[in-house]
Amino acid sequence: MATNEAQIHEAARHGQAPTAKKSGRRIDIRAYTMTIALLTIWLVMFILTKGVFVSARNLSNLFVQMSIVGVLTTGMVLTIISGNIDLSVGSLLGMLGGVAAILQVYYHMNTLLAVVCTLALGGIVGVVHGAVIAYLRVPAFIVTLGGLMAYRGALLGVTKGITVSPVNESFRFIGQAYLSKEVGLALTGVAALLLVASAMLKARRDGRSAPAGADRAAGYAKAVVVPVLVLAFTLVMNQYKGVPIPVVIMLGIVVVLSFIANKTVFGRSVYAIGGNKEAAEYSGILVRPIIFGIFVLEGVLSAVGGLILTARLNAGTVSAGQNLELDVIAAAVIGGASLAGGVGTVSGAILGALVMASLNNGLSVMNVDAFWQFILKGVILVVAVYIDVLNSDRK
Amino acid sequence: MSEVLLEVRNITKRFPGVVALDDVSLSIRRGEIHGLCGENGAGKSTLIKILSGIYPQGTYEGSLRFEGQEFTPRRVVDSERTGISTIFQELSLFPKLTVGENLFIGDWPRKNGVVDHALIAQEARRLLAEVGLAVPPDTVVENLGIGHQQLVEIAKAVRRKAKLLILDEPTSALSEMETENLLRMLAEMKAKGLTCIYISHKLEEVRRIADTISVLRDGRFIESRPAPEFSIQDLICAMVGREMKNVYPRVDQVRKDLVLKVHDWSVKKSRHNPAKLVDRVSFDVYAGEILGLAGLMGSGRTELAESLFGLHPDLCSGSMELKGAPVSFRNPAEAIQAGFAYLPEDRKRHGVVLNMGIAENVTLASLKALYGSILNQGAEEEAANRSIVSLKIKAGGHRAAVSSLSGGNQQKVVIGKWLLTKPSVLVLDEVTRGVDVGAKFEIYKIINELVSQGLAVVLISSELPELIGLCGRILVMHEGRLKGEFSKAGVSQEEIMAAAMA
Repeated sequence: MATNEAQIHEAARHGQAPTAKKSGRRIDIRAYTMTIALLTIWLVMFILTKGVFVSARNLSNLFVQMSIVGVLTTGMVLTIISGNIDLSVGSLLGMLGGVAAILQVYYHMNTLLAVVCTLALGGIVGVVHGAVIAYLRVPAFIVTLGGLMAYRGALLGVTKGITVSPVNESFRFIGQAYLSKEVGLALTGVAALLLVASAMLKARRDGRSAPAGADRAAGYAKAVVVPVLVLAFTLVMNQYKGVPIPVVIMLGIVVVLSFIANKTVFGRSVYAIGGNKEAAEYSGILVRPIIFGIFVLEGVLSAVGGLILTARLNAGTVSAGQNLELDVIAAAVIGGASLAGGVGTVSGAILGALVMASLNNGLSVMNVDAFWQFILKGVILVVAVYIDVLNSDRK
Repeated sequence: MSEVLLEVRNITKRFPGVVALDDVSLSIRRGEIHGLCGENGAGKSTLIKILSGIYPQGTYEGSLRFEGQEFTPRRVVDSERTGISTIFQELSLFPKLTVGENLFIGDWPRKNGVVDHALIAQEARRLLAEVGLAVPPDTVVENLGIGHQQLVEIAKAVRRKAKLLILDEPTSALSEMETENLLRMLAEMKAKGLTCIYISHKLEEVRRIADTISVLRDGRFIESRPAPEFSIQDLICAMVGREMKNVYPRVDQVRKDLVLKVHDWSVKKSRHNPAKLVDRVSFDVYAGEILGLAGLMGSGRTELAESLFGLHPDLCSGSMELKGAPVSFRNPAEAIQAGFAYLPEDRKRHGVVLNMGIAENVTLASLKALYGSILNQGAEEEAANRSIVSLKIKAGGHRAAVSSLSGGNQQKVVIGKWLLTKPSVLVLDEVTRGVDVGAKFEIYKIINELVSQGLAVVLISSELPELIGLCGRILVMHEGRLKGEFSKAGVSQEEIMAAAMA
């Protein structure tokens, strides 16, 4: 009883239920809202495009179109959670993609070596970012803003303003190929089984500390719905050409980064640093190596994105990745990340990316002028965060 | 016959699921200092928020009368204009602005349409002198310690010429000297006609300064009595509803092995400023004892503890031996691993991650030890529940957000976090600050139990009764130097104070 008043005060003041859950949980509200928004958008697009939007071919394109932002936003969300930001990802992606093209076209490097070099270069840039941000303590905003400008300049310099193409045929696989339908189904089947198994394990473990009704229902829903969705996804993709490789890459990265964010000590430390950097420090968390690691990760992910883009375009272009960082950050924020730090999820970010990609794609299909896509993106971003503000106040 | 300045009539305030104030009525007489006591959760803060206009007219039942007129504040400004000034425990200053700017915020004196900085500086100096704060008005507030910041808040209220000044835990972060200053100032202001509501957990202080004391418990008004007729025993009894025989649980401490040896420890102010915050301090800590560390604000106690813990590796010199082996911690992680734990003075800033749950906070200092590199939800829940049970943390389960807990329970979470690191030495810095009587007692019992199991505890505290009540030995620091060591037997508060001041 003695704690009631304090609990209530905090509830009224911070907008959390007195028994609010862990930092990631608050985003579940956002995830549900965004899922509803996504379904609404799909429904509207379905109607407006007379069904073309949900055709297998279009959906396949849709997922390919979101894959680059998807790859980048998984890393960006971690960066934002830690209380930092990375504005350089677009320019870096362009530069690294350009390097990948140059290595093949001018230096006749084979695909594997080109890929490794590009990833390594991304890592090196990440190391530089991490060192300056974490150890020299220059704010991330500034360092990556400088990077945004510098890497675009570097790209212009090494390409001399000319598009670099064509890349190796085997390299194009990364951006343009598809999983064969059999392989796709096999992998999906395995994934679905793993999901169901892990859900059952979780249910058994949770049985000990019986979660509240709503939690349990959500648990069941997740255990059934997600594997079904995964299977449905592959079936739809197979109706066209199969699961696209960029999408496979994106999904793989999502799985790995989700795991890192939610299930590792590293991830927990990132959330703690974002939630209260000093308290994390006083609790023995080594802040600087973790921030360093985050930016190295960003560098490598930018490289992955650059590889995909160059492969898709069959060329390293000078404007590759321009303004991409804004889409990546918007996806993370729409998915629930707060620029104040401490809050956000990888799955939310992917959902955000999917929402934006759906809008872009739908409007394209309807032949709406491109500028409407930009306007709508801006509106959705503000609306998404506003809904979150409303939700907090209401509680 | 003094008239009634403020009348609270049958106030009831509900929140979803709980009644925070239940038909509370009381009267504040003009010119008195009215103490308001109660455990955390008793309803004091809610009442204050109603009086100050934060919960506006319409969100509660009942009525208020100020100076005989109906008082229906709709906003904080209404309360202020009526003459009620409130100073909350969480200060509301602008850290990046100067003292002068904070004093005149929103009410700038103008000369020819432009802010009159000269007048601000002049007035600020006068106000600061009145509250005994000797800092230049152009000092940026965030560079001041908590204690000095609070004095700026009080100067602000002085400037607003309040008729009724409400102070919520005003001395919790002040040194003895600053507290004396404040109490003297309040007495002076009372002589000039100021009425005051004084909320504090420091019962002796309230008894000293107040004319009347009212007690709230669980949202209800329990009783009001003239202060001289309200003994500490009776106060505690009214607040808690039960007889508390010993405020400080008495336990014999058996001193065992030497755990920590500190020799010639010095801490300088910054990399470029060699001024010594801690000056060649040497002391020993034994397993099984509670070693007290007394001193005024600025005496260097926290700097000493933090630097031993590895937080300022470039600024300190001297030697440290933990369990016989020389150690030198470059960061808290190394200290924790060696068995040295430090509970920070500033709970909100350094102790808890507010948007995380109990389980996540409790395991935060033991991540590697508990999990390796991959989290284990089962282990986490177990650790959390164990802490909740053994420390009697009142919360809605191990997932409850720490921000939803009272100060006392939050502090228990922090204690739980440090206990989970299995330390040999635990340094507690103002562990009972902002904690209510009931939780305080529970924390004292916890400390006693830990010590009887062989832990060595260093208790840094500004509450002399607490130090005398709990510690076997008490060290006193003054301006960075160790001034004296007292054993519990027969030492008085005055003796400790004397050592702390010279």
